[in-house]
Amino acid sequence: MSESSESSNRKWLYRKPRALSDTPMHYCPGCGHAIVHKLLAEVIDQLDIQEETVGVAPVGCAVLAYFYIRCDISEAAHGRAGAVATGIKRVLPGRIVFAYQGDGDLAAIGMGETIHAANRGENITVIFVNNAVYGMTGGQMAPTTLSGQKTVTCPQGRDPETMGPPIRMCELINTLDRPYYIARVALDGPAGVRRARKALTTAFKAQIEGRGYSFVEILSPCPIYQRCKPVEALKFVRERMAAEFPVRVFRADGKST
Amino acid sequence: MVERTLMTGNDAIGEGAIRAGCDAYYGYPITPQNELTAYMATHMPRLNRVFIQAESEIAAINMVFGSVVAGKRAMTSSSSPGISLKQEGISNLAAAELPAVIVNVMRGGPGIGNIAPSQGDYFQAVKGGGHGDYRLPVLAPSSVQESHDLTIEAFALADRYRTPVMILTDGRIGQMMEPLRLHSRPIPPPPPKPWALTGAKGRKSIFIRSLMLNDGDLEKHNIHLQAKFKKIAAAEVRFQETAIEDCDLLLVAYGTSARVAKSALEEARRNGLRVGLLRPITLWPFPSQRIAMRSSRCRAVLCVEMSAGQMVDDVRLAVNGRTPVLFEGRMGGAVPEARDVFRAIQKALAPSRKKRTP
Ligand SMILES: Cc1ncc(C[n+]2csc(CCOP(=O)(O)OP(=O)(O)O)c2C)c(N)n1
Ligand code: SF4
Repeated sequence: MSESSESSNRKWLYRKPRALSDTPMHYCPGCGHAIVHKLLAEVIDQLDIQEETVGVAPVGCAVLAYFYIRCDISEAAHGRAGAVATGIKRVLPGRIVFAYQGDGDLAAIGMGETIHAANRGENITVIFVNNAVYGMTGGQMAPTTLSGQKTVTCPQGRDPETMGPPIRMCELINTLDRPYYIARVALDGPAGVRRARKALTTAFKAQIEGRGYSFVEILSPCPIYQRCKPVEALKFVRERMAAEFPVRVFRADGKST
Repeated sequence: MVERTLMTGNDAIGEGAIRAGCDAYYGYPITPQNELTAYMATHMPRLNRVFIQAESEIAAINMVFGSVVAGKRAMTSSSSPGISLKQEGISNLAAAELPAVIVNVMRGGPGIGNIAPSQGDYFQAVKGGGHGDYRLPVLAPSSVQESHDLTIEAFALADRYRTPVMILTDGRIGQMMEPLRLHSRPIPPPPPKPWALTGAKGRKSIFIRSLMLNDGDLEKHNIHLQAKFKKIAAAEVRFQETAIEDCDLLLVAYGTSARVAKSALEEARRNGLRVGLLRPITLWPFPSQRIAMRSSRCRAVLCVEMSAGQMVDDVRLAVNGRTPVLFEGRMGGAVPEARDVFRAIQKALAPSRKKRTP
């Protein structure tokens, strides 16, 4: 029996997505980026868009995403993925373009590029991994750090009086007319992971159909700098982060929900 | 048929970019280059090409980054303060070996300065500007015609060497009108770009990066970049010489200053003074060898700039002490007057009178 017929007879319960490379990831145990990469690869497989996708990787812990996701990927300067993705999509309107960004990248240094790409209604998909800290640089305060949360640059906990409260990006982007799909999901357990996959699928489908800007915020564990064990990080995402950042679909079909 | 027209330097750059096959232009308003952004806003969409007024100069240079990553020709333009904002992006383009064209229509500085023409950004343009070890080919037009021609050249250079290229001009040339012969010869198509990110159809997926964390990788990459810069330096030096053969004094000036220097040269020649002009067209690579050769036969070299004296450092390096190097310049948006340059020439060439004590 040839190998192919053998494999076609076999019923796979689970297999690694084709769009995910075999390169071992550098992420810490329990890191949300690894999960988001896998989901992204699954969605690319499912929609069969690997050959026409061009991604933009951030400066942040996911800076090496191009080693893990098997599609064309460009680096972008810290925070500028929204602009780089715009530059790619405008000259290659037939390709599927995504930007993958952390909270420092997207909501601090890159806030301008984020808002304006959304406001222009660029037909791109933005994947926003919100882990409430700067991972790559060693656990500093992010725009999304929770009030009271301790980081190396707010060692007494974030004081909203002097540091401002955390910024809610979905809500902010939802004030703009042009975005088509805006959703927040949470990697807080198996159900949350499934919802995240669904949101990513919806976002990419919207782009494939040419409907415009789609934005998926993923509340994500970073056990190292959320300062807890991986299992507790899931709880941190579910209880503390989701209390600050409501998990829901903000806009579907171009209309606020 | 030769198409003749009358245009500003800024428009001539825009039309040059269009004729060079620029697929995408991204800009942000700043005087004195606004005519260029407006020109592109009018003409790019008409040709089904991309125009975006970006939210900032930083966004604009990173949109350029995206479009050239995708294998297309792209340009951005700004003036001094905006060019400062683009520097991280320019360093990233140089590091990732991406071809792009950046136009700086210089204005008075430092700081917000003023909107008058200046050459105060020479150091920024030719000595790095952004972080890290890189070189940037810098083309300096001194007329509307040259603004047009060098823009076309800039796209070719950028693609030939996979490098960002800067056009360094100033508010005077940008905003003045002169007759222009529009480029009408067909532009050779850009070279194939197998490195461009267009989707992994029929091939393995690829990526573009400048981050190299593995031990030794970044040094290797730097060695590769330096070898490329050496090649550019050897092959792409451009300059123009006027009345150079018999000169006792060599003027060195670029852009608007070269026009002023030329007027002073003519006045000097009328007065029997043997003055020549060497006008660098590429500021990097700099015509150092030529300046060294020419200056060795002169009594003095006089550098004219709209700055406190920036290019003069490179002239001094080229001359290497063999001939006195003098400087005449104005700052803060002021343009040197031909008669001041003429006086400086007279002074430099005056027979040295020994003071006799009675
Ligand atoms: C211009 C610039 N400023 C700062 C940095 C340093 N830096 C690298 S990653 C980063 C923040 C990363 O945090 P985030 O975007 O939240 O991503 P995470 O690492 O948490 O996934 C910073 C500030 C940089 N590389 N470039
Ligand atoms: S520091 Fe945090 S975000 Fe970065 S890899 Fe580790 S767990 Fe992930």
